Amino acid sequence: MTIWTRYATLTGAAALLSATALTAGAETREEMMAAHRGGEMRLVAAAAGGTIDPQINYTLQYWQLFYFTYDGLVTFKRVEGAGAGEVVPDLAEAMPDVSADGLTYTFKLRQGLKFSDGSDVGVDDVVASFQRIFKVSGPTAGTFYNGIVGADACMATPADCTLEGGISADPASNTVIITLTAPDPEFLYKISVPHASILPAEAPLEDAGVTPIPGTGPYMFESYNPNESLVAVRNPHFKEWSVDAQPDGFVDSITFDFGLSAEAQVTAVQNGQADWMFDQPPTDRLAEIGTLNADQVYVNTLTAFWYAPFNTNIAPFNDVRVRQAVNYAIDRDALVGIFGGPVLAQPVCTILPPGFPGHEDKCDYTANPGTDWTAPDMEKALALVAESGTAGQKVTIVVDDTSVMREVGTYLQSVLTDLGYDASVNSISGNIQFTYIQNTNNNVQISVSQWYQDYPAASNFLNVLLGCDSFHPGSDSSVNISGYCNPEIDARMKAVMQLATTDPDAANLEWAKIDQAMMAEAPVAPLFTPKHVDLVSKRVGNFLFSPQHQWLMSQAWVQ
Amino acid sequence: MSVQIDNSQPAPLPLAAGTARGPWATAVRRLMRNRSAVASVLALLMVALLTLLAPLYASYLGVDPFRSNLRGTIEIAGEAVPVMQQSTSGLGLGVTPIGPTWSPGGYMLGADNQGRDVAARLLYGGRNSLYIATAATLICLVLATLIGLVAGFMGGVVDMVLSRILDVLWAFPVYLLAISLSIVLLTSTIDLGLFTITAGSLALPIFIIGIIYVPYVARPVRARVLTLRQSEFVLAAVGLGLPTHRILRRDILPNLMPTIIVFVPILLALAIVTESALSYLSIGVQPPDASWGTIIQDGQTLLYSRPIVALAPGIAIVITVLALNVLGDAVRDSLDPRGQVP
Repeated sequence: MTIWTRYATLTGAAALLSATALTAGAETREEMMAAHRGGEMRLVAAAAGGTIDPQINYTLQYWQLFYFTYDGLVTFKRVEGAGAGEVVPDLAEAMPDVSADGLTYTFKLRQGLKFSDGSDVGVDDVVASFQRIFKVSGPTAGTFYNGIVGADACMATPADCTLEGGISADPASNTVIITLTAPDPEFLYKISVPHASILPAEAPLEDAGVTPIPGTGPYMFESYNPNESLVAVRNPHFKEWSVDAQPDGFVDSITFDFGLSAEAQVTAVQNGQADWMFDQPPTDRLAEIGTLNADQVYVNTLTAFWYAPFNTNIAPFNDVRVRQAVNYAIDRDALVGIFGGPVLAQPVCTILPPGFPGHEDKCDYTANPGTDWTAPDMEKALALVAESGTAGQKVTIVVDDTSVMREVGTYLQSVLTDLGYDASVNSISGNIQFTYIQNTNNNVQISVSQWYQDYPAASNFLNVLLGCDSFHPGSDSSVNISGYCNPEIDARMKAVMQLATTDPDAANLEWAKIDQAMMAEAPVAPLFTPKHVDLVSKRVGNFLFSPQHQWLMSQAWVQ
Repeated sequence: MSVQIDNSQPAPLPLAAGTARGPWATAVRRLMRNRSAVASVLALLMVALLTLLAPLYASYLGVDPFRSNLRGTIEIAGEAVPVMQQSTSGLGLGVTPIGPTWSPGGYMLGADNQGRDVAARLLYGGRNSLYIATAATLICLVLATLIGLVAGFMGGVVDMVLSRILDVLWAFPVYLLAISLSIVLLTSTIDLGLFTITAGSLALPIFIIGIIYVPYVARPVRARVLTLRQSEFVLAAVGLGLPTHRILRRDILPNLMPTIIVFVPILLALAIVTESALSYLSIGVQPPDASWGTIIQDGQTLLYSRPIVALAPGIAIVITVLALNVLGDAVRDSLDPRGQVP
């Protein structure tokens, strides 16, 4: 996913706090609850994040909230560190029984669950929720859930979606059976994200917009005005059923105010008027907060990367030598500086971020090829450009109008100019840039983009970003921005996704080789992997950061 | 903003004993007696001269204000100091560009986020801002004069159609129209037959600014032409059967010149401010080119640590626009002394 849809990200969340409420014993947790339960947490952001429909919204801003307001059959474990990649039963009382052929998943629903409006959670709600994903044309309906039997018909006529043959329920045994068209080792990951939240069967069959839909988490949305605030209060019907899946929250209410610039957000948090800012602190305040508010700052690595996709189908980047040349010429340390320095970013040469399944430290596009990037190799880059005979051509870099993105684009323009191209930067609104660069009709030669993991699987980067199935010429939804399609590598990816169902370790080794094979053809220039800065008020305690959920807000206290 | 033009005939000019000074010479004489106007002209000349010297300054420093210099250093007191300085205190977050050295030896106003010399970019940016404003003003005046002349002189259906088009165009808030046009055109190439405007070129803001202010000038021009159309010398020319183009060229246009000239400094000022606003919003001048607006945008992310990056172009805009407005008032007073505010 991109910055617009970035959600849970992070590998190896640095263990800034060693003792946590979630890993502590039950008694300790009870003591913590007794000591810290209550109070109001105030969050701030520059703007609202759109609809509060959990099956439609695809933004980090609200996914962080959905994790404590809604539940799926399974979910990612609510812990910090690498353990957060583990899928645990949530509304299902146990992990599903999976048939030997990997096609059928049988879930048994917990008894006694209630939605925040007091109604019971039943298997019919589960069936209706999966159907609703298609009926509301959820953004991941065609990518995450198209492997369910009957999904094709649902995609064709969403209003009539029944997922016939794909999902069935037995109220007597309180079980739900989901059938896939082919084994999918990532299916449990896909139903652990908020788009697979279980909602009442009566939920509107359209985008709920600003009207809260009842959920099952410890909090429920009380009111939402995108021009002012979003308020979440305790769900009176919530009873903790699993600390791993959905622990009870500490604060009584959470108010998310909108309309403050990032500068003002920093000041508000410093003054104790807000407890957390959603937006990243402006670069010119980083040194200040890193010094004056060091004990209120949490820096965590994200499983993400910033990259420059080359359009492999138009000049000059249809020549592999040009793509390799740019990879050699980029000073990734300089880009790290633009992002805030080595504490906040790390140079990368691979598509899979460090610490991610399948990642292997390797860098060919550096002055001294080895495991790490060390310095640009301009000599080699210039030789490749000369060999390609493309010097002097016009090249336009398309970036969005956010400050860091513009800076990265401007830097790349300098690099391309140094390589002999007539380079310029086109900075367009962030609202359209991501779709604009995907559409081949716009003939974008090179752009700058970001990708954040949806779930911890290598295919979420390699197959999604550079697979043949992700390339749709003429469409705004062609996330394979490079238009790269190597049938041989594509076949290897399909094979390794099947291998992952039986031997995940062997699959990860193969993913590393695929990553390197792709980088040999350089359809993209990986730039750096970013880190996330959370600035909280002095009163916030028990700050936990999960690779999947980012800040576990419900586990923090303010008193 | 609106400008009131007195549509009546110029007042008889006082004649000094033994001399017969023309109306233009008299206007210039009045202008030169106005101290504010002279100061404005001097300020504008200085700004223009400084921006024209931008290449000389960059060459003297050996810097390229359009290339990133993220790993560069500068020698200060015999020591090589990095242009981009990594924070070393606390958690070590953030990289800050070097601040003003206040020395002509380089980075006099500090560096921006790309490690580029802000002073050099300020001069180059000024060139672009003034160039865009001047070109847009010329386009606007030519178009507005043509439309105003045709609408005012032809009257009837022609006048009605042209006037309604101007009304519709003027009904849009200027900035909203400019922003909308910029966003739509920023990613497209415009083919105007004789020439093509490519996405990201300086011609795009020129074209947009030149268009959006046409009604602002064309409507008063039309009103003036309507008055002139009824004047005796024009009626006489019509009665003599002189061709329309001759009447327009020889009788109407010369009498329109005071009205048009008054608009020049005002339009220049408006164009500078509009260009800066568009560039600040990323929909005007595109990087790596600079204008005062883009430098303000660059400086916005450094407002807290390096405020000079945003302040310097802001001050340049204030000086230039203020001078143009003062000059505009003075020009109007000199061409139309009866309209002078006491």
